[in-house]
Amino acid sequence: MGFIKKTISDIFQFYRNGFTAMPAWGKKVWLVILIKLFIIFIVLKIFFFPDVLKKNFDSDSERGEHVLDELIIKSNTDD
Amino acid sequence: MIENIDLSLVDWSRAQFALTAIYHWLFVPLTLGLSFILVIMETKYVRTGSEKWKRTTKFWMKLFGINFAIGVSTGLILEFEFGTNWSNYSWFVGDIFGAPLAVEGIIAFFLESTFVAVMFFGWDKVSKRFHLVSTWLVAIGANLSALWILVANAWMENPVGMIFNPDTARNEMKSFWEVLFNPVAMDKFFHTITSGFVLASLFVTGISAWFILRNREREMAIKSIKVAAIFGAFASVVLIYTGDTSARTLADVQPVKFAAMEALYEGQRDAGLTAFGILTDRDEADDELDEKDIIASIEIPGLLSIMTNGKRDSYVTGIKDLVYGNEEMGIISAAEKIERGKIARQLLLDYREAKKRGDSQEIEELKKRFEDNNFQEQYFRYFGYSYINKPTDIVPNVPLLFYTFHVMVALGFLFLLLQVLAWFFAARGSLEKRKGFLWILILSIPLPYLASVLGWLVTEMGRQPWIIQDLMPVGIAVSSISTSTVQTTFWLFAALFTALLIAEVSIMTRQIKIGPKIEEE
Repeated sequence: MGFIKKTISDIFQFYRNGFTAMPAWGKKVWLVILIKLFIIFIVLKIFFFPDVLKKNFDSDSERGEHVLDELIIKSNTDD
Repeated sequence: MIENIDLSLVDWSRAQFALTAIYHWLFVPLTLGLSFILVIMETKYVRTGSEKWKRTTKFWMKLFGINFAIGVSTGLILEFEFGTNWSNYSWFVGDIFGAPLAVEGIIAFFLESTFVAVMFFGWDKVSKRFHLVSTWLVAIGANLSALWILVANAWMENPVGMIFNPDTARNEMKSFWEVLFNPVAMDKFFHTITSGFVLASLFVTGISAWFILRNREREMAIKSIKVAAIFGAFASVVLIYTGDTSARTLADVQPVKFAAMEALYEGQRDAGLTAFGILTDRDEADDELDEKDIIASIEIPGLLSIMTNGKRDSYVTGIKDLVYGNEEMGIISAAEKIERGKIARQLLLDYREAKKRGDSQEIEELKKRFEDNNFQEQYFRYFGYSYINKPTDIVPNVPLLFYTFHVMVALGFLFLLLQVLAWFFAARGSLEKRKGFLWILILSIPLPYLASVLGWLVTEMGRQPWIIQDLMPVGIAVSSISTSTVQTTFWLFAALFTALLIAEVSIMTRQIKIGPKIEEE
């Protein structure tokens, strides 16, 4: 138990020291990462990119039925 | 009953996917190649104990870190697009994509995320050898991540190892190994990672050339060029070899794409390889095909036949054979495939109607017929053709493919020449005097990015009209959403990715100008 606790503490310290001693360019890059992840996961995913099938149908069988509909009746032709 | 496809929605969805994929890909290949260049440099440090190698490794590692951090997660947007814009496709591919992407996620998370931290935070905190092992694992992890994505992409080119379930409308994996060892996947993996190796080596030689011209860090620059050029030259040879094997595989599994890359309308024996050529409209051409002639060409007689089938008198299939059929060569026409595709779709419809009626005997009979090997091989494999209006619609944009393919190949050979010369001049100690060549190395930095994007254009545009070869055309794959939503997100992505690219270029150029002064920061 003591070994696990020490290992976790060492890993935590390793990351903490790494982040605190990070040079200026590293901090700038982390800022870009955080802004990017915010835009991707909060703005884009929530407001612009719903999973269409999950949102519109309650079960996998309904989703399958819908896609089968699309496969069978959709066509490039006008006839 | 029949619903027409909104082509503007399809086009905008394609444009958006192309935009995000191309931008995402601008970040990836440098990570693939630079990670292995770091491995070589750090191995030299560990073996020699030289602080100069440590300093050199740390400098390139800094540029690797900037590129890695800014590029990471940009690929996730492609997955969002699958769920929103391409929901029919996402559902249809079923677990074929799920399994490789899940493996990719695990490997990427455990190998890259964990050991990247050791790479950057672990200098002087872990042993030299453990640090080197971490760098190795990051390089292997990054390249293995690419493997799983490419396996999924290869399945779209050559769908194997699965069976379509008519009850769920999903493809189910029959053999993981068949999907993994799909010949397209293997060719694609080695061709793609070696293209990343070449890109990274030209990146290193170009920046090192800049240092030499500025009369700064000359020793580090020469050392870096020696490592990168030899690595890049070997990678270029493998790149050219895997390009050749990829083309041979294409001739087998995507013959229309292969013929279009060579603008080969008429199939022929003793077919020559066009090293260079200009396409013009053909007189008395088949209007439907919009045929082109190759003029002002440099052609090597018989080489295309040799490269495709190993024999000079072997037959290379032309576009017309694939559109109109060629009985003598046993090639069935697109019209015949359209008929077979319609039979497959009708069976799917009949099965569905029988299920709605609850006619258990008919359900059983139809399902048995559907699962029959002969039906799968002779009919269902052409399922996507049932959506094709006319046979000539199976031909992609020939001029676009011809030029993109030939420019990419020419650049591949140029890269080999540049690497060999860079290594030769560096080994002889004459590199510093060759200012013109150093400038060429600097100006060559964007060229492998261009070649890489051209390669993806050949892959993706050459597969048109299919999203999954022969099974699903692009028009069927899109979700029924509004075009304006896709337009809005297209411009959002354009802004986001451009901002990321500007951030990357500005942070990176600043760090290059600062040079390897890591300890002082």
